Amino acid sequence: MFTVASEPLDGHVPEGPLPEKWDSYRDHLQLVSPNNKRKFEIIVVGTGLAGASAAASLAELGFNVKSFCIQDSPRRAHSIAAQGGINAAKNYPNDGDSVWRLFYDTIKGGDFRAREANVYRLAQISPKIIDHCVAQGIPFAREYGGLLANRSFGGALVSRTFYARGQTGQQLLLGAYGALLRQADRGQVRIYPRHEMLDLIVIDGRARGIVVRNLVTGAFSVHLAHAVLICTGGYGNVFYLSTNAKGCNVTATWRCHRRGAYFANPCFTQIHPTCIPRSGDYQSKLTLMSESLRNDGRVWVPKKPHDPRPPNEIPDEERDYFLERRYPAYGNMVPRDVASRAVKERCDAGYGVGPTGMAVYLDFRDAIRRDGIEVIRSKYGNLFDMYQKITGDDPYQVPMMIYPAVHYTMGGLWVDYALQSNLPGLFVLGEANFSDHGANRLGASALMQGLADGYFIAPYTVGDYLARSKPEAVDASHPAAQEALKEAQERIRRIQGVNGKRSADSIHRELGMLLWDKCGMSRSAKGLQEALEGVRALREEFWRNVRVVGLGEQLNQNLEHAGRVADFLEFAELMVLDALHRNESCGGHFREEYQTPDGEALRDDENFCYVAAWEFTGVGEPPVLHKEPLKFEAVPLQTRSYK
Amino acid sequence: MSDQRMRITLKIWRQAGPQARGEFRTYRLDDVNPHMSFLEMLDVLNERLIAQGEDPVAFDHDCREGICGMCSLMINGQAHGPLKETTTCQLHMRHFRDGDTIVVEPWRARAFPIVKDLVVDRSAFDRIMAAGGYVSVNTGNAPEANTIPVPKDTAEKALDAAQCIGCGACVAACKNASAMLFVSAKVSHLKLMPQGHPERQRRVLRMVAQMDAEGFGGCTNTSECEAACPMGISVENIARLNREYLRAELCRES
Repeated sequence: MFTVASEPLDGHVPEGPLPEKWDSYRDHLQLVSPNNKRKFEIIVVGTGLAGASAAASLAELGFNVKSFCIQDSPRRAHSIAAQGGINAAKNYPNDGDSVWRLFYDTIKGGDFRAREANVYRLAQISPKIIDHCVAQGIPFAREYGGLLANRSFGGALVSRTFYARGQTGQQLLLGAYGALLRQADRGQVRIYPRHEMLDLIVIDGRARGIVVRNLVTGAFSVHLAHAVLICTGGYGNVFYLSTNAKGCNVTATWRCHRRGAYFANPCFTQIHPTCIPRSGDYQSKLTLMSESLRNDGRVWVPKKPHDPRPPNEIPDEERDYFLERRYPAYGNMVPRDVASRAVKERCDAGYGVGPTGMAVYLDFRDAIRRDGIEVIRSKYGNLFDMYQKITGDDPYQVPMMIYPAVHYTMGGLWVDYALQSNLPGLFVLGEANFSDHGANRLGASALMQGLADGYFIAPYTVGDYLARSKPEAVDASHPAAQEALKEAQERIRRIQGVNGKRSADSIHRELGMLLWDKCGMSRSAKGLQEALEGVRALREEFWRNVRVVGLGEQLNQNLEHAGRVADFLEFAELMVLDALHRNESCGGHFREEYQTPDGEALRDDENFCYVAAWEFTGVGEPPVLHKEPLKFEAVPLQTRSYK
Repeated sequence: MSDQRMRITLKIWRQAGPQARGEFRTYRLDDVNPHMSFLEMLDVLNERLIAQGEDPVAFDHDCREGICGMCSLMINGQAHGPLKETTTCQLHMRHFRDGDTIVVEPWRARAFPIVKDLVVDRSAFDRIMAAGGYVSVNTGNAPEANTIPVPKDTAEKALDAAQCIGCGACVAACKNASAMLFVSAKVSHLKLMPQGHPERQRRVLRMVAQMDAEGFGGCTNTSECEAACPMGISVENIARLNREYLRAELCRES
């Protein structure tokens, strides 16, 4: 099914003790002189936290930046929907936090499948992110004395999460968007909204540009640059139903993969425990209820299976607070993968609640009794309102019902310590790369990573690449650029030409059900084999039977979607293959064959302590597996326990 | 909650492109689940149209949880429909009645030209924000985060304004297509936070000038914007904008 490369993959981690690596790396950077910066063009695809912050910061340094997004405005990128908060090792609450502890929690939370040096750097940078965002005027939550407030998130025993109600992502993104627009106003950034990247242009082995389609006119164009930054988020929508925005897709990263960039750990997907359960077959997406709710909400099911009583009539002694029971040390604050599996276990055993039995309660009764309704409203008001709008139930009166849903993808394009892929000149930031979260991401760490990558890492490493490599000038007539352009156009024509009977949406939905079933919260070799065949069959179905209506020379949302589904159908095969090859359970990747007697994930460090970076060889062709060995020098490998 | 299926008649504005002539077209759906969101109902309609080989209805949407600001729609003449402080994506069909006829139109404003069907071009908002909707601070330049205390109430009030999602409902709801609520939300947010103070004057003058240049109308003081705003942003912010503008004009050095 795949071949293994003989040479290990090198993450180019600098020498020296862990706490000094990033400083030493920066001390030895090559710099571009201020006068020469304006001679370089940099393309940034995506305008979420990683993309907007990188584009703004590079433009502030004097580089010429082009910023692309598929939405009608850079402010719509899906980072906007992040609710709970952003971690930083400030130790303001004086509760024992430190850079080391944030690093340690993240490595452990990722079940020892992340690169130590990257994670340490992330923790080191985290306090500066808060400084910068406060300087941008972001209205973080404050204490009465006027200083910044913190709250706790899963997988940590300290309070290190900064927040702005349940809309932290929105406020941080609007800060980065403002910084981006400020550079647009100065003429240092050109923004291209409603433009979709359809291919990467590689010249002499280096990333040199992209092919885009203007989504309003359908016109294709070539954009060349000295470096390309991919900040296009994760691939959670391969499952169709997820908490991602409808537009989130794998196309940009997958197109880079097809041009030679390795795709790392695609099977590491995060299923978030607290989402609103699905309600019908028309459902278009799932809605997250922030993890911060677990600070005050208690998760339970009735002790009696299929108990028909309404929740408020079930007395305490007949309730099973199963997270508190199974994990007394962390209780309701266990990490997401652990909580999700525990929820699934109870529901599969027949204790689930709600009309489908696929839900558990998240109950605020005790918190409201303790703190009063106003305190709870001030912390979570907008989340409670959102819940009520969607379900029609009032969570101040009755417990919320929740069930796990696909939320985030830890896998992504492989990058080295400089966030550069194996293709020189191609940098990958934020959720689109694989780098920092291992096999499971802790809450409030995605915002931290996106902004660390964009504000504080890429501006250094991209400059170093440009100073060292001095890429030569190329123009759009270059054969590689013309070939990429032609291929992108041809592909759109092919999709339109199938003229079958099924909408792309119906095929996407079927793909999602297959993957959720066989490659979701719990996976087995047998199920994954079936999924491989199922994905291939669906891909054939797509190219034989998809129907796209309307013209290609105007706004055509079903054509856009069909192109993304075609890429999901190629990507899904790699994701399933990765899950099948990883004969262990770790973090969000739970293989039924590999579990402890009490149902916890059973890692195999002897055989799988590596990053699986896949090289593309053709659609349906066996890929090449490149292994980057993971060395744990600072935190010795240990069994991850939250009991 | 009832699971009774609903029959809904939709009168939807169809317009092939910016220059094309638009018209209302009528569609009937006989099997609407009351738990569907409004956009999920349009998804169902679009699946049917694709099956019939007809061009599906174009509409903007993305997060479908009320925060990205991409969805829009005038529903029976109301921006984002009948529910207070709710975006179209969070509006569910249980708020309509079996047999209802629902008229669906795009935002209508000179500064928001129609792209296709229900999709409009709101880039005017980006240009207004580019004129000053930020604090001019370069990465790397920031002092320690707790250096300047901000009273809790001030931060909360700033967030009340800063939570604007930029959807444009305020413009669509206003008979003058004024963008005053949108502009005032950003001016207020940055006026309230101490970090925004050094640029107060320049910000308000430039943002208002850009707002006027984009062709938005003047404020009518009828507060339709506040009533339509899915984030409940108050017209108090417009009063604050006016004060900021007057102050800046009076202090202008020329």
